[in-house]
Amino acid sequence: MRFFRFIVLHLLLIALALLAITPFFWLICAAFKRDQDLINYTFLPWGHLNRLTFANFRQLFAEHPFWRWTLNSLMLTCTYTTTVVTLSSLGGFALAKYQFRGKKPLMLVMLATMLLPVQVLLPSLYELMQKIGWMDSYAAILVPGAVSVFGMLLFRQAMLSVPDELLQAARVDGCSELRIWWEIALPIVRPMIGAYTLMSFLAGWNSFLWPQIVLQDERKYTLPLGLAGMVGLPEYQAQYGIMMAGTLLSILPVIILFALLQRDFIAGLASGALKG
Amino acid sequence: MKLRRICKPAFRPQKQAINPPQAAVRNSALIRRNTLWNAQARWAPYLFILPFVVLFCVFLLYPLGRSIVMSFSQWTSVHRHRFVGFNNYRFLLSDRIFLLALVNTVGYTIGFLLIQIPAALGLALLLNHPRVRARSVFRFMFFSTNLVGSVFVGALFSELLAPDSGLINRTLALIHPGFRSLNWLNTPSLAMPAVLLASLWLSIGVGMIYFLAALQAVDRELYEVAQIDGAGPWARFRHVTLPGIRPIIIFMILVGTIAGFQLFEIPLFLLSGPGPGYRGLTIVMYLYMNGFEAGDLGYASAIGWALVFMLVFMMLGVSLLQLRSSRTPKET
Repeated sequence: MRFFRFIVLHLLLIALALLAITPFFWLICAAFKRDQDLINYTFLPWGHLNRLTFANFRQLFAEHPFWRWTLNSLMLTCTYTTTVVTLSSLGGFALAKYQFRGKKPLMLVMLATMLLPVQVLLPSLYELMQKIGWMDSYAAILVPGAVSVFGMLLFRQAMLSVPDELLQAARVDGCSELRIWWEIALPIVRPMIGAYTLMSFLAGWNSFLWPQIVLQDERKYTLPLGLAGMVGLPEYQAQYGIMMAGTLLSILPVIILFALLQRDFIAGLASGALKG
Repeated sequence: MKLRRICKPAFRPQKQAINPPQAAVRNSALIRRNTLWNAQARWAPYLFILPFVVLFCVFLLYPLGRSIVMSFSQWTSVHRHRFVGFNNYRFLLSDRIFLLALVNTVGYTIGFLLIQIPAALGLALLLNHPRVRARSVFRFMFFSTNLVGSVFVGALFSELLAPDSGLINRTLALIHPGFRSLNWLNTPSLAMPAVLLASLWLSIGVGMIYFLAALQAVDRELYEVAQIDGAGPWARFRHVTLPGIRPIIIFMILVGTIAGFQLFEIPLFLLSGPGPGYRGLTIVMYLYMNGFEAGDLGYASAIGWALVFMLVFMMLGVSLLQLRSSRTPKET
């Protein structure tokens, strides 16, 4: 009886997990199929595997600056992630481990803005970008993006667990405050850094709305923008294969990255939710 | 001990007493060094927080204030606008398209919460069973859908839901052949369900992660005590599990509501715009259309503030409910 239940439980889990990842499998199949086979075969044309083709990918690279978009995405996401993690951990350290003038009001204002939907800022931020001439530049994405109230509070929470005695000992030994942050506080909150880095990377890689508003030159596009442009073109409505190839190439790097690092990331994500 | 190695050597004041003339020289150097040292210690927190505060003020607080001002004017082009008082807000209240966007958004959010939370909790309960093997593999499989950005989900589901060739229709055709040519994305009553389907696929897994963490934090002893008292599985779930994971449920309701009210990318991609009969129009999409397609940044700001007010009121409502329901058990 117990064995029977064990089997049923696992069968159920396997069925549900397969259901969850079927769209991925379908996507991979669709990216390698000819357009007419999309209608004729649900997954792969099993009887005629020689009908599979790389044509979708070839066409994607021939007709769109897809490499360029990938490099833009990679460069922007990495820069964004580095700045936001550095600034948030530095600021979070100050909020957790120092007393300074204006700390209370600052925390209050930060908490109040946490609840704001970012979309309310879109029109006025757009106007600001026009005024300072940052339209169609990456500065418009990277500089406002370096502010993360959520990240600051997350790091503050993590840094609270750094023992004061340790910081004091380092100070007596002649460690400068910046070095205390770098060599003592950061190593202690390393799991949080890992989780937050991945979280920011994901957010950066997938971000669409703000880049869509400020970037105009197609050669500056990131992957979501490039793909969005493809959906918008009427002649691509019929070309499912090439869209699927683009989608596959856009999500694959992230899935591989997370599959490698999933243990730490998921643990960090969950602990963040439990504390918050 | 590692600290001593990596940091500068400590001062040794006893040396000053041994050699007075040299000590005086050393002393003044020490004092100078000390003031510098004190200064860096004193100013460090301000310097650490400064980059954040500057960017926060310029790119968050200023635009926030500015958008209040902007919401009182009408924009005819990027550089031309005029003050119109409360007209934007007055128009908003009678704007039938905005009302439609609001109804769509609220309907979506309710549907999302009603399905996502029970489904995520159910998955977490299954996965939390003590005898489950390869838990981390399952966990990653369920979670992996969350890695796909909204834009890509939109693109993927527009193909999955395509008539004749899409996987979903082909599966439904097993039940009834007529479903094979179901045109989800062009049928008004099916547009929002299609969006809901895509966004549930995206977010049930991450909800499961939160619930799983919460379930594992529930005190084991409580289950044992309940079992000794003769509580069955349902009673244990009802009286031990649910109260134990209550904070996470409230957290998920809050996050789901906030995300639901900000729905934008999935319908934009899935329906390539507001959809058939504007049935896929959401509040943020309406904001985007007004501000960045029609070019009236003032009206877009007013829509943004309407969104803020709605969310703040809901937040207050939820926290009041939470206060009240957390007080009742103590009184009884």
